Amino acid sequence: MVESTLKQDAKAPNTNRIGLTLGDYKGSPSTLCDGCGHDAITSQIIKACYELAVEPHKVAKLSGIGCSSKTPAYFLSRAHGFNAVHGRMPSIATGVSMANKDLTLLAVSGDGDTASIGLGQFCHLVRRNVPMIYVIENNGVYGLTKGQFSATADIGSKLKTGVSNELPPIDICSLAVEMGCGFVGRSFAGDPKQLVALLKAAMSHKGTAILDVVSPCVTFNNHEGSTKSYKYAKEHEMPIHEIGYIPFYEQIAVDYEPGSAVEVKMHDGSHIVLRKAAKDYDPRNKLAAIDTIHKAIAEHQFLTGLLYIDEKKPDFTTIMQLDDQPLASLGQDKLRPGKDALSAIMAELK
Amino acid sequence: MKTLASETSSKVEQGRIVNNFSIHVATINGSGSQSSNNVLMRSLFQMGIPVSGKNLFPSNIAGLPTWFTIRVNKDGWIARKKEVDILVAMNPQTAYEDVMSLPSGAVCISPTELNLEKARQDVIHYVVPFTELANQATDQIKLRKLLTNMIYVGVVAELLGIDFAEIEKSIRRQFEGKAKAIDLNLVAVDAGRKWAKESAAKKDPYYVERMNKTEGKIIIDGNAACAIGSMFAGVSVITWYPITPSSSLCEQLIDYLHEYRRDEANGKATYAVIQAEDELAAIGMALGAGWAGARSMTSTSGPGISLMAEFVGLGYFAEIPTVIFDVQRVGPSTGMPTRTMQGDILSAYLLSHGDTKHIALLPGSVEECYSQALDAFNLAERFQTPVFVLSDLDLGMNNWMSDPFPYPEKPMDRGKVLNAQELEKLGKFERYRDVDGDGIPYRTLPGTNSPIAGYFTRGSGHNEAAAYTERADDYLRLMDRLNRKYQTARKYVPKPVIETQAGAKVGIIAYGSSDFAVQESRAQLNAEGLATDYLRLRAIPFTEELRDFVEKHDRIYVVEQNRDAQMRDLIRLEMPDLAMKLQSVLHYDGLPIDARSVTDAILSQEK
Ligand SMILES: Cc1ncc(C[n+]2csc(CCOP(=O)(O)OP(=O)(O)O)c2C)c(N)n1
Ligand code: SF4
Ligand SMILES: [Mg+2]
Repeated sequence: MVESTLKQDAKAPNTNRIGLTLGDYKGSPSTLCDGCGHDAITSQIIKACYELAVEPHKVAKLSGIGCSSKTPAYFLSRAHGFNAVHGRMPSIATGVSMANKDLTLLAVSGDGDTASIGLGQFCHLVRRNVPMIYVIENNGVYGLTKGQFSATADIGSKLKTGVSNELPPIDICSLAVEMGCGFVGRSFAGDPKQLVALLKAAMSHKGTAILDVVSPCVTFNNHEGSTKSYKYAKEHEMPIHEIGYIPFYEQIAVDYEPGSAVEVKMHDGSHIVLRKAAKDYDPRNKLAAIDTIHKAIAEHQFLTGLLYIDEKKPDFTTIMQLDDQPLASLGQDKLRPGKDALSAIMAELK
Repeated sequence: MKTLASETSSKVEQGRIVNNFSIHVATINGSGSQSSNNVLMRSLFQMGIPVSGKNLFPSNIAGLPTWFTIRVNKDGWIARKKEVDILVAMNPQTAYEDVMSLPSGAVCISPTELNLEKARQDVIHYVVPFTELANQATDQIKLRKLLTNMIYVGVVAELLGIDFAEIEKSIRRQFEGKAKAIDLNLVAVDAGRKWAKESAAKKDPYYVERMNKTEGKIIIDGNAACAIGSMFAGVSVITWYPITPSSSLCEQLIDYLHEYRRDEANGKATYAVIQAEDELAAIGMALGAGWAGARSMTSTSGPGISLMAEFVGLGYFAEIPTVIFDVQRVGPSTGMPTRTMQGDILSAYLLSHGDTKHIALLPGSVEECYSQALDAFNLAERFQTPVFVLSDLDLGMNNWMSDPFPYPEKPMDRGKVLNAQELEKLGKFERYRDVDGDGIPYRTLPGTNSPIAGYFTRGSGHNEAAAYTERADDYLRLMDRLNRKYQTARKYVPKPVIETQAGAKVGIIAYGSSDFAVQESRAQLNAEGLATDYLRLRAIPFTEELRDFVEKHDRIYVVEQNRDAQMRDLIRLEMPDLAMKLQSVLHYDGLPIDARSVTDAILSQEK
């Protein structure tokens, strides 16, 4: 079934379920370096949205500052976009989500944007479980400011000037699991099949979905030995399962061997099917997830796939008990209490 | 109420001073004196006498000295009075200094064991055996300290002639629903009253008599007034990070919203309040919500304003509405966090890097805290930009008398927002084009079902179509349009309030919480033979009335509560040709400004 979905996608007609073409999901031309991992991720975002027949006007694209954060301009030009300040996209996202809970928030950030300057806001966003897809295009450097170390840089890695990094990297995925994130995945810009599946699954998640995507910076960090290079990622990638995504509008006819796969039902009725690859791994076990991530790092493996999922955690809009209508759409009748309310307040103060 | 007659003229009638004095209660922070002081103040208010109460407190939870000052004034002057007439010296740590700073002839009420009588013989002393009275009132040792505070209420009430029915009424109000506490406090008041009646011969001239000057009025602090204004303005996303003196704004707003903006049946709310992780996040959330179409706000004080700088610049440049309440306190840095100042005028006005300038409202009373909160949300959406409301600790946290607030007449102004139907009719949409020539472009909200609604918001250079640009001509056009928009705002912001007097050659300019002191000072100046006109600023950018006012007068005194004459300098920048006319009266010791200081400063410069 997983395969069949993908095959069907391959010979998809020129328009999707809602009559839009792939071109309708594109944005303005990219101004990034040729071969930049970020552009590869942009292509998969376009593909995932097209195949899922996402309505562009219901999406809000969000980002911080960096080469990675520029990319929302390169997809879904019909959607509103917000390129915020460096590291502070999570707070913008939180406000947007409160104002209009019907929007799909699709955010892109960098490793500097998220794990350096934005680490505090990142943690609090995850803690609140603001419903959104949060993609970190992780290249281990500050691309836009020309190659300084970020907080995910490998220990011992060297700048072109010869300066070497003596501090251990922050692992965004294990941090997210630790902070209580209900959807944590890792992928690689050069693995389109897995990335599209993870993106689609993330879009069905109700809560913060973190996708840490290794995205080589061909200009500043694609050298031999960098764990964020194309070569390293290709040679060390260790998918913990093959991930398949079945949207709610497609029937599931399960064709995998019982016991060899895990199936997760999402809140909107869609399904994720995880076919075991190298390891016996259940992404619903938090401690096991952290354990597996750390073991892989110690063994120089580059673990990819859906690392952790918890579909039951309430998201922030639910916790806040918001009105059924998006707050942004409420008019004066609902927002301004009547004269009697003011009189009552004044009477109490007399 | 506020005639320009000075209070001094009607001061003493046959040795009696009626409804015209200040009470200064010195206690220890956290000792529970707050309720006693509120009871005293409310009882006077209920007797129809104009009154104000100010808490002069330390940045501390318990142990440090704190003062509560009550001003009783039949003419309605409710600014802080510089001179203390009646001291209640309950704090051993400060008692000596407190009594030494009294003017001759003032009253000092103090506990026996402090021995203050010897310190000042030119002061009228009432030495009260508080410990003994408290021991008699209760056998619970823990309660004795608390009750001591109510005992001084009884003593003061008996000496001044405050109606005990009013004291009882305000105690019942203060401890509503707590029968035991009410009984105990009444016992304590009675103990004080009895002692004063039986053992203290009246030696001082101060009395209260019923009036009818507070009928229909309310007592409220400015933070509550801002909260009520925000709720009736229709705010729906509120973000904050706790900081004195602004916390109580959001805390009171939360209570009001819970009561009036939640569906009783299903508990669902037409608002979201988020206590953010810091002010960087608070302003980010407010901007995100404003961008997405909600009425949003955040509330903070100076240190928070500093943290918000980068985001506020983005709000200005990318044109996103939100409202920022700045309840100012003493800086720089942590400064004196529980003391008052008008210190953020320039930093708020120019907040962020590059060429930025913001709209800032300047409420001068609790009623304006309410009405300008309403204005701020309309202005933010009309001008698609962050709008500041610059309150301060004195206005925000102290109790002020006011007429009840009127229900808003104006409907909410949501500004230039295009919906899907309008977009279809237009056929084309450019986010940053100045279609109407007023500098204000049109915006669309995310979620608008139209293929042309979407645009990309960014803090980097952008052209009319919201596309990235670094072209010199694009940048110039954008910056000049933003300036045009700012000029348009001059016609929308609240105009200054101007009061004139025949023949005045001297003008006074003030703003915010200085108003009460300035009004009273004008009466004092009149008594000294100096006629003045008065312009009270209510907003930045300035309106044309300001220039007229400065032009018309020989000399102008700009009264403000900071060291560097921030507002005067801003006016000088705006009208360099008239700069030399502008002089300053500056009050920046952290205490609320008082009339006497203003009067003395003006008179000394007039010599
Ligand atoms: C407050 C602030 N400090 C510094 C910068 C400069 N700056 C721009 S992008 C960037 C780093 C971006 O790194 P990352 O998020 O990893 O994105 P990448 O370019 O690698 O995709 C920095 C430091 C800024 N824009 N704002
Ligand atoms: S500098 Fe690196 S991250 Fe930036 S566009 Fe070039 S390759 Fe991509
Ligand atoms: Mg990077």
